[in-house]
Amino acid sequence: MAQRGNVTMRLWRGTAAGGQFVDYQVAREEGMVVLDAVHAVQAQQANDLSVRWNCKAGKCGSCSAEVNGYPRLMCMTRLDLFDPGEPITVAPLKTFPLVKDLVTNVRWNFESAKRIPPLKPGPLTAEEQRKGEFQMMQQDVDRIQEFRKCIECFLCQDTCHVLRDAQDTDKFFGPRQMIRLANLEMHPKDSADRIPMIKKEAGVGMCNITKCCTEVCPEHIRITDNGIIPLKERVVDRYYDPVTMLLNALRPGNTKLR
Amino acid sequence: MQYRIEAFDVVVVGAGGAGLRAAIEASARGKRTAIICKSLLGKAHTVMAEGGVAAALRNVDERDNWQVHFRDTMRGGKFLNNWRMAQLHAQEAPERVRELERWGAVFDRTKDGWINQRNFGGHAYPRLAHVGDRTGLEIIRTLQDKGVHGGIAVFMEHTVVKLFKSEGRICGALCYERETGRFLLFKCKAIVLATGGVGRCYKVTSNSWEYTGDGQALGYEAGADLMDMEFTQFHPTAMVWPPSVKGILVTEGVRGEGGILRNSKGERFMFKYISPLFAKETADTEEEAKRWLEGDKAARRPPELLTRDEVARAIRNEVKQGRGTKHGGVFLDISWRDPAFVKAKLPSMYHQFKELAGVDITKEPMEVGPTMHYHMGGLRVDAESAMTTVPGLFAAGEVAAGLHGANRLGGNSLSDLLVFGKRAGEFAATWAERHEAREPDAAEVGAALQGAMAPLEREQGENPFALQAELQQVMQDLVGMIRERGELGQAVERIQELKKRAQQCAAPGNRMYNAGWHTALDIQHLLVSAEAITRSALLREESRGAHTRDDFPQTDKEKWSKVNVLCRPGADGAMSVTTEPLPAWPDDARKLIEGTLEAVTTKEAA
Ligand SMILES: Cc1cc2nc3c(=O)[nH]c(=O)nc-3n(C[C@H](O)[C@H](O)[C@H](O)COP(=O)(O)OP(=O)(O)OC[C@H]3O[C@@H](n4cnc5c(N)ncnc54)[C@H](O)[C@@H]3O)c2cc1C
Ligand code: SF4
Ligand code: SF4
Ligand code: FES
Repeated sequence: MAQRGNVTMRLWRGTAAGGQFVDYQVAREEGMVVLDAVHAVQAQQANDLSVRWNCKAGKCGSCSAEVNGYPRLMCMTRLDLFDPGEPITVAPLKTFPLVKDLVTNVRWNFESAKRIPPLKPGPLTAEEQRKGEFQMMQQDVDRIQEFRKCIECFLCQDTCHVLRDAQDTDKFFGPRQMIRLANLEMHPKDSADRIPMIKKEAGVGMCNITKCCTEVCPEHIRITDNGIIPLKERVVDRYYDPVTMLLNALRPGNTKLR
Repeated sequence: MQYRIEAFDVVVVGAGGAGLRAAIEASARGKRTAIICKSLLGKAHTVMAEGGVAAALRNVDERDNWQVHFRDTMRGGKFLNNWRMAQLHAQEAPERVRELERWGAVFDRTKDGWINQRNFGGHAYPRLAHVGDRTGLEIIRTLQDKGVHGGIAVFMEHTVVKLFKSEGRICGALCYERETGRFLLFKCKAIVLATGGVGRCYKVTSNSWEYTGDGQALGYEAGADLMDMEFTQFHPTAMVWPPSVKGILVTEGVRGEGGILRNSKGERFMFKYISPLFAKETADTEEEAKRWLEGDKAARRPPELLTRDEVARAIRNEVKQGRGTKHGGVFLDISWRDPAFVKAKLPSMYHQFKELAGVDITKEPMEVGPTMHYHMGGLRVDAESAMTTVPGLFAAGEVAAGLHGANRLGGNSLSDLLVFGKRAGEFAATWAERHEAREPDAAEVGAALQGAMAPLEREQGENPFALQAELQQVMQDLVGMIRERGELGQAVERIQELKKRAQQCAAPGNRMYNAGWHTALDIQHLLVSAEAITRSALLREESRGAHTRDDFPQTDKEKWSKVNVLCRPGADGAMSVTTEPLPAWPDDARKLIEGTLEAVTTKEAA
């Protein structure tokens, strides 16, 4: 049944210096999503309201916010998901510094991405060199294609308690970058070694597998199970496996056991 | 008014596929390169592209090659394309796609493990490299990663409002930072505009808030020619219900994978709309169409895969004749295929309908109708170098005109971005090598700043959002898919009035991330394109490709098949509209297209 009448949108207004929730009345239309209601407020009642969006179809990852306390894409959240009598609260992502209203400063995510070494294609077959293409079977790329679905909405970063509560952004790159690393590490043609940086700089050890990131991912990427856990295993294999440790210790130029 | 100064060799405006590819190239050639974009990095329109990127890789059908791709592009464009651009595009697209793979893109694979290719409207063979229905995401993320590792300076959430010239040559750009409202002046030797399209001047569109024709307006105001502005592509299939999603795209990939169009009577109507130009290679029975889908190389392609202009007009006609659905669309049905196949090939379509419309496309048909999608027109550029008619100012991607002529084939945009983005970056770097930097005129900079601040300083005035909605209604009603002299004339008058009112927009609040202020500035750009589209549409008295005149339903084989329509600022400041002959086709190009020319006798507006 289509809901009728008005809906109360309770939107956060303000900057880092301070602010408060403000209630706005918006007329419902069939199929309306939260982003539509926010836009209606912006066009008619608060022209200077700040909100990010682009595609309005869950493809660009711009419109992330906390709707009734839950991290969501506003463009994919229908109003009729909620109790018609209750106000709908929209707040900016809590993990990132507030800019204004619903917009936060997410630049940190772009900086950590820059620190991740890119794909380094390994030795290619003669046929591959001739064609200038990689020969990779679909079943061998299925698992990295899952990670590449990421739309960089940063909802997982927002949810992860390491980043959200402890604000340990200098110790942990967060789930989004973990799957970026997993994608590169599992690429059939990659030959770079990122294990040391996954352990140290990117801080995979900080994750304690609560799987909250997986729960909020709008692309349904199994971040923890398919991305982070395999990375943890690779780190363990390298650093804590007795055979590997011995080999590392015997490597020329290596003076101490790691 | 204070502003910060930045100095670079090459400044790229726009961080979609074209801008990123240009910046990567300029930077790789040792030029200090900046890229500026209105949204966050990776959120440009390119991210939304679904179906695929066209390149004759010959991984799926050996009969394909650049010559066939070239011919298909020219035919799709109703021969108004710049032949040289179409040739370079077809020749260079395969290497541009393969290079992405080496940079980390992971396309869907063939059985043998090479890049897979799918069928699309107007392409003779399976030609579109793709990743499910999220190809644009794959491309933009790959370029973004390549770019940030390549030493490009990124200025995201910055909007360019003015370009400056010195002694006729480009020398700088003024922009504001969205977050703070502070101004930056870029001094540079070359600028590449890669700002995308103009969809926001229509009410029903697949385009985002960014598509306000900024590059078209910035270039035009700097004295560059606009070309082919009348050719606005209405994509045949977008969502029509519920109202909140009206206009959101339904990829042509649905039809590429076997989607069938039916009217409310259950008729598969596209068989009635096969124009003579495509009759030879289009199936005329359901049985043959089915065999084609099953891979029978002797069978001809289903009529659902005719070019976009043809399918959009057919749908509009069905609805007009009373055979539409309850919400004014037609049915697009893929539910006859195996649900697992649909979910694997079209995952985001599946989710889009499920979550936004409550429709399970593996079980029931979608309701679809046309939406403003793409602009073939834009800045006129040199085919080889991508330079506009202003020295030092380059343009690539959707903002540039020429490659697609009167109608773009699906998949030819992503390849356009890569091919001409690279060329623009390359030639901008060469230009920067050979020219010294010059100073923007301080008085001009001051005036531009003042103009940009005006809406904030006005106590009272027009609501920019309301004004934009009014313009969208005018364009939708009077300059839509089917056009006519009287309505176009009315639209010109309405646009003049809106131009005056746009000077009176007021934006309450301060300079920080103020959407009202941004919209007040954007709308001035949007109006330049709206006017150029309307005036060009009025001048072209024929129907061709995406431009359909009710009062001139025929495609004209004489006058109009030989000229482009151009808009440039007249001496009195008003927009002047003229025609110029198409570049002549050399013999070898002519041969490739020959034999198909005579069939351009469409009478589609029936
Ligand atoms: C839903 C959808 C699906 C599509 N599917 C396909 C497909 O399958 N295949 C295909 O070939 N094509 C497809 N297209 C078309 C194609 O995606 C676009 O034409 C193409 O991505 C445009 O790329 P671009 O680089 O020219 O511009 P964009 O990617 O749009 O980038 C424009 C950039 O310019 C910036 N910009 C604009 N104005 C300013 C300013 N004033 N100051 C600073 N920066 C500015 C923007 O912020 C943005 O970064 C699709 C389009 C849509 C909308
Ligand atoms: S699983 Fe790890 S990355 Fe994900 S939310 Fe929990 S701690 Fe953070
Ligand atoms: S992994 Fe999922 S939640 Fe995290 S940024 Fe990507 S799409 Fe968003
Ligand atoms: S606007 Fe693109 S994901 Fe919501």
